[in-house]
Amino acid sequence: MAEHLTGIGISIRNLYKIFGSNPDSYIDAVKAGMTKAELNEKHNHVLGLKDINIDMPGGGIQVVMGLSGSGKSTLIRHINRLIDPTAGEVIVGDEDVVKMNEAQLREFRRHKTAMVFQKFALLPHRTVLENTVYGLEIQGLPREEQEKQARRWISRVGLDGFESNYPNQLSGGMQQRVGLARALTNDAPILLMDEAFSALDPLIRMDMQTVLLDLQKEIRKTVVFITHDLDEALRLGDRIAILRDGEVVQQGTKQEIVLRPADEYISSFVREVNRGRVISVDMVMAPLTGEPKGMPIVSGTVLEIAAKKMTDSNVPEAHVTDSSGAVLGKLAINEVISAMVTPVDHDSAAA
Amino acid sequence: MDWFTKFPAMDTDKLTALKKAIDLGFRNFTRAYGDTFETILFPVQWFMFRVEQLLTTSPWPLVILAFAVIAWLASRNWKITIGVVLTLLLIGYFDMWLDTMKTVAMTVVATIMAIILGIPIGILMGRSNRIQAVLNPILDVMQTMPSFVYLIPVVMLLGIGRVPGLIAVMVYAIPPIIRLTNLGIRLVDKDVLEAADAFGSSNWQRLKNVQMPLALPTIMAGVNQTIMMALAMVVVASMIGVQGLGLPVLKAIANQYFTLGVFNGLAIVGIAIIFDRTSQAYGKRLQKHLEVVHG
Repeated sequence: MAEHLTGIGISIRNLYKIFGSNPDSYIDAVKAGMTKAELNEKHNHVLGLKDINIDMPGGGIQVVMGLSGSGKSTLIRHINRLIDPTAGEVIVGDEDVVKMNEAQLREFRRHKTAMVFQKFALLPHRTVLENTVYGLEIQGLPREEQEKQARRWISRVGLDGFESNYPNQLSGGMQQRVGLARALTNDAPILLMDEAFSALDPLIRMDMQTVLLDLQKEIRKTVVFITHDLDEALRLGDRIAILRDGEVVQQGTKQEIVLRPADEYISSFVREVNRGRVISVDMVMAPLTGEPKGMPIVSGTVLEIAAKKMTDSNVPEAHVTDSSGAVLGKLAINEVISAMVTPVDHDSAAA
Repeated sequence: MDWFTKFPAMDTDKLTALKKAIDLGFRNFTRAYGDTFETILFPVQWFMFRVEQLLTTSPWPLVILAFAVIAWLASRNWKITIGVVLTLLLIGYFDMWLDTMKTVAMTVVATIMAIILGIPIGILMGRSNRIQAVLNPILDVMQTMPSFVYLIPVVMLLGIGRVPGLIAVMVYAIPPIIRLTNLGIRLVDKDVLEAADAFGSSNWQRLKNVQMPLALPTIMAGVNQTIMMALAMVVVASMIGVQGLGLPVLKAIANQYFTLGVFNGLAIVGIAIIFDRTSQAYGKRLQKHLEVVHG
């Protein structure tokens, strides 16, 4: 698994998708600025995705967030080309998925990607074990090897003892564990998760998020995670892209999105977020002037923890250090509290 | 106003000429290709003959045992197995054993041929809207055309006997298996198909691993329908020399032998129920995984 440590990056460039009987004839008009509404009313075609540019670094979790109809599920299906784009490029590693022929695409799907689906999409006539080996079976590996890998991941997602159950006999959460085990057994460097946890109830969902985060620490795959839930996005995402009506309205780290929402649409999402648990001290620290004062706080600590430490030891100022102890900047308690409580909308944030 | 009260039909002479021309054309076709068809159908004739021979010449207790074993393996149900044995014993006791075996042979062979031809056609139809658009009206014609009409071209082409009878039965019985295979393939859950694609399945892997297994219950319903229609057609086919339970029924109609007709009719009902219950129980057993639902 060593070769996946850095992961394969995904780069989506100028991607357009128009749904309808004759999308090619409208692509130029759309590129020239025709709106989604105009395209729909006058030509009866639907603009699914408009000029998407996202760079997903290898080995991280990229979340794509949006409400239903925003095009997020369409977008993730372009990465393994379950949907063909109208225009644009999807570069995975150094290959353009859009240019692959059928055989290349099949090989790419078999070895480079694995997918987890919102509705689980398990084979109902196969047991948990038979479902989990599916990807390896398609690749034509020896049965023994298939089962060895599958049993390892079944155990890893906590389904020991359920190998010979049918999906119908399992709860939703357990079925999605099978979906996850099936994808991980494929041992592909890219994991595509299309609203993988959305159909689960909140506690199970938290549980599955923890499973994914724990796994990700060891497997370091390039994960593309689709969700409509901002809390889920902030919990999982190293980077987040927010989609609306088929366009990317903002992308960046979760802190950038919470601290500087690009427009009113995003501020309305982030208003309810517990900022103390999302924003790290790095975002509020000021450049160091003079000697470092107070206590050291490690870079990456969230504000809630920093505030607790500072108030516990009753210091008004602290300094931020990196893991080796080098000082990065200074931190004032009033700045910390202000960043935690101020309901930033995008106007005041810009100001 | 003559045309208003009497339909302005085609001129009688012209119509007769048209019919004659078509008849002549078909007759020439049968003269030219009748032998070819017989050669092509020789393996079918041989198969049909062997199955019939096996069923009619084997000692009856062995045949009943074989039926019981098949019924048990397919249904895993004692009631059905005992029902099969009792029905066959009754049929034998009323001296209809040989005729029944001939009918069973015909039904089994016609069903096997319908499955061999029908499932691939159904799969093609399920995968292509164009093929579906072409085949649907043909299947409509096959299902609504009075079954006697099938006998005419078959007899012209192949004469009378087992094989033409078999062809007529098969043509009549094949539409349900085609239709239900098509339906089964089309009803397969799109999400599961997408998952199969996402893991890089080839077309064949998709068909083998996903479409066929998920369509199987529907296909089994088609097999069941096909068996029932084959049995119904066996009586009609006796008009062109197919032996079996149909022949006494035909005789009974001609001579108004009420009891003969009813007895043989009931024998057909008996084997129909045997086939139906057994094949349905088998179909249900295939769907076992769908029954135990998480609470």
